[in-house]
Amino acid sequence: MTIFSKFKIAALAAGIAFTVALPAAQADEQYFPLQSYRVGPYAAGGTGFFGGFIDYLNLINTRDGGVNGVKLTWSEAETQYEVERGVEAYERLKSNPNVAAWNPLSVGIAYAMIDRITADKVPLITINHGRTDSTDGRVFPYVFPLLLNPYSETSGIVNYIAGKEGGLENLKGKKIVVLYHGSPYGKETIPIYELLAQKYGFELQQIEVPHPGNEQQSQWLTIRRAKPDYVVLRGWGVMNPVALKTAAKTGFPVDHIIGNVWSNSEEDAIPAGEAAKGYTAITTQASGAEYPVVKEIVKTLYDAGKGNLEDKNRIGSVYHNLGIVNGILNVEAIRIAQEKFGKRTLTGDEVRWGFEHLQLDPARVEALGAKGLFHSINVTWDNHEGNGYVTFQQWDGKKWNVVSDWIAPDWALLRPIIEKSSEAYAAEKGIKLRTAEDAETATN
Amino acid sequence: MSVLTADLPVSRSLPGWAGTAALLAVAYVAVPIFGTSYLFEAILLPFLALSLAGLGLNILTGYAGQVSLGSAAFMAVGAFAAFNFNLRVESLPLIASIALAGFAAAAIGLVFGLPSLRLKGFYLAVSTLAAQFFVQWALTKFSWFSNDSASGVIDAPPLSIAGVAFEGPVGRYLFSLTVVTVLTFLAYRLVISQTGRNFIAVRDNETAARIIGVPVLKTKLLAFAISSFIIGVAGVLWAFAYLRTVEPAGFNLDRSFQILFIVIIGGLASIRGAFFGAALIVVFPLVLSRLGSFLLGDIFDSGVLDMSQRIVLGTLIILFLILEPDGLVALWDRVRKRIGTGLRRS
Repeated sequence: MTIFSKFKIAALAAGIAFTVALPAAQADEQYFPLQSYRVGPYAAGGTGFFGGFIDYLNLINTRDGGVNGVKLTWSEAETQYEVERGVEAYERLKSNPNVAAWNPLSVGIAYAMIDRITADKVPLITINHGRTDSTDGRVFPYVFPLLLNPYSETSGIVNYIAGKEGGLENLKGKKIVVLYHGSPYGKETIPIYELLAQKYGFELQQIEVPHPGNEQQSQWLTIRRAKPDYVVLRGWGVMNPVALKTAAKTGFPVDHIIGNVWSNSEEDAIPAGEAAKGYTAITTQASGAEYPVVKEIVKTLYDAGKGNLEDKNRIGSVYHNLGIVNGILNVEAIRIAQEKFGKRTLTGDEVRWGFEHLQLDPARVEALGAKGLFHSINVTWDNHEGNGYVTFQQWDGKKWNVVSDWIAPDWALLRPIIEKSSEAYAAEKGIKLRTAEDAETATN
Repeated sequence: MSVLTADLPVSRSLPGWAGTAALLAVAYVAVPIFGTSYLFEAILLPFLALSLAGLGLNILTGYAGQVSLGSAAFMAVGAFAAFNFNLRVESLPLIASIALAGFAAAAIGLVFGLPSLRLKGFYLAVSTLAAQFFVQWALTKFSWFSNDSASGVIDAPPLSIAGVAFEGPVGRYLFSLTVVTVLTFLAYRLVISQTGRNFIAVRDNETAARIIGVPVLKTKLLAFAISSFIIGVAGVLWAFAYLRTVEPAGFNLDRSFQILFIVIIGGLASIRGAFFGAALIVVFPLVLSRLGSFLLGDIFDSGVLDMSQRIVLGTLIILFLILEPDGLVALWDRVRKRIGTGLRRS
C-alpha cells in the first residue's frame, strides 16, 4: 500500500498544481512567457540569451518603472530545446493574461507554434533564426525573424568575403567551402549558397558534418585537398571548437575560417584554445560590456545582486548581448504600439502592430544606449526581418573584437526567393495574402 | 517475463465490456465538454500517441518477446510516409494516407525484423538500433522526404475525413481517440486469437513452439510487421495531431527508450499496460515540474528545478520497479481486488 498511498499523494499534488490560481489580470502589466532552456546540450546559449532578455526587462522595470508605467512581468518554463516540452510550456504559459510576445529561441519549437500563435494572434519572435520565408509578413502575420534570417546571413558572409577580396567581382574563381551541421538548421542555406556561387562565379563545395560533430578528421582532409580560399563554418554546439582544432591540426589557416551566427560565441571559441586565435565570425550584435545599456544593467542589477547570469564573467558575451538586443526590440515594439493604442496593457495583436512598425534608426539606437551594440532595424508589415545589418568579430584568444563595418546583406536579391517560398506555403495552406490595410487594424 | 496470459477481464459482477464502455463514454463526452486546451494539447494528445506506440511495442516485446530499440524510427517512418502520401498522391483521403503510412512502417519493420530470425535478446536490441540510426540519417540526408523544405521540418496537413474537419484541440483529440480506440480493439482481438497465442509461445520457448507446430519465423516477422504498423500510426498521430510539425530529430533514440519504458513500467504483455505506462511517462514529469515551480520556483531557477525533477523521477521509477516488477497493471489489479474484497466483507 505504500506505493499506492504515494500515488494518492502525487495525484493530490497534481490536483493542486493544476488548479493553482494564476495571478489575477492587472490593468497595467505586460507578460512575457519564456520557454527557456537552462539544462541540456544547448544550455550555454539558453542561459546567456534568456539571462540577457530578463536583465533588460528587469532594467526597464527598475529604472523606468516599466514601459510608460506598464510593468513587465515574465515567467520561465524549461524546454531543454525539445519541441514537445516547448509545446507543453506554450500551453502552460499562454493561460497567463496580457501575453506580449513569444521568444522561444528554437527553430523546432517555433515551427510547432506557428499555427497556434496565429490562431491566438500573438507575435512569435525568432531573432537571428527561424523560417526564412516567415520574413514575408503577407503570409506570416505573427512571425518575426528579426534582424537576420538565414538567407541574409549567407549574403552577409559572402559580402564580407568579397570585401576582403576587394569587391564582389573579385570573387570570380575563388573557392569557398561551407562546412555545415547535419541538421535541418545546417542545411537551410544550401540552395542560397549555390545561387550566390552561380551569381558571383566562385567555386563552392558544401560538406556535411554529421550531428553532433565531434569527429571531423575526414572533412578537414577533404578541405585540405580542395585548398579553398575560405571555409564558412555553419556549426552548432560542440561542432565549432572541434572544427577549429581540427583545422589547426590539418594546417588550415584559422583567419580564413568564417563562422556563422550560431558559431560566433565565446562558448565556441574558448574550448578551442590557441586554435581559435584569429577566427572570425558574423554577428548582429557586438559583444563586450562597454555599451551604455550593458553598463546600466551592471550598475542597476548586478551591483544590487539582481542580475540573472550566475557567472558575472559572461556579462556582455555574445549570447547575453543577443538577449539584451532581443529585450530592446520587444520593449520598443510595445512602446511603439502604445503610441497608437494608448499607454495601457496591449493585446497580442496590438503588440504585433508594434513589431510591424518597429523602426529604430541609428539615432534611436544610440538614445537607447545601444550604439555599436546593434545597427538599426526597419520592420514593416510585409518585411518582418527588418533589414538588420551584420558585423564581423575576430577572436584574439580572450575576447571578440569587431573587425568590420556594419555590412548590409543583399536584400533585394533575396526577397524574390523568399516570396516564392512563402507564396508556395500560402497556396499549400490556403492562406489569403494579407494587404497593408489588413495589417493596420488590430483586434483588442 | 512471468505474465502468461493476455489480460482477460477479471470476473466481476458487471460484464467485461461495461468498464470499457464507461471509459469511452467519459473520453468521448465528458472530457471534450470539461477539458481545457492545456489538458488536450499538453497531456491527452501526447498521451494518446505514446499509448499507441507503447501498445505497438508491447505486441512485439511483451507478447512476442522480441526486444526493439527502434520504435522512434518506425514512428518517424509513419509520420513522414503519411506526409508524403498526403502530399504526392492527389485526392487520397487522409485516412488512406494514414493506413498506407502504417503499411510503410510495417514494411520497414519487416526488414529490420529479419535479424530476429538469428539474433536474440540484447543482440537483437542492438540490431534494431540500426533502424533507429538509419532511418534518422536517411530522413535528414534525402530532402525529398521533407518535400525539399529548406529546414527539413514539415507542416502537418489539416485533419479531415469525409469532409468533416477535426480542428482545434478537441477535434484533434477526438480524431486521435478514435484511431487509438479502433487499433486498441483490433490489438485486443489479435492477442486473444491463435496468432496472439503463437506470439506468446514463441516468447516463452521457441523450441517448444516449433515442436508443437508454430511457424516461428513467420510469427516473428508478423509480430514485427504488426507492431511497426501500430507504431507507425502512432507516429502519424504524434506529428499530425499533437505537434502539427515534425523534424527527424524529434524521433531520436530518447523517444525509443521512452516507449520501451512505457511498456516496462506499464506492464509487459498487457494491452492496458501501455496506457498506464504512457500516463505515467507523460503526466508524472509535468506534475513534478508544476509542483516544483509552484513550491520552489521563487528560490531556484528553472534549470536547477529541472535537474532535481530528473533525480526524483529516476528514484521513483527504481523504487517502483523494485516494489512492483510486473508494472502498473499488476498494481492496479491488486488494488482493485482489495477494494473488491473490502466491499464484500462490509
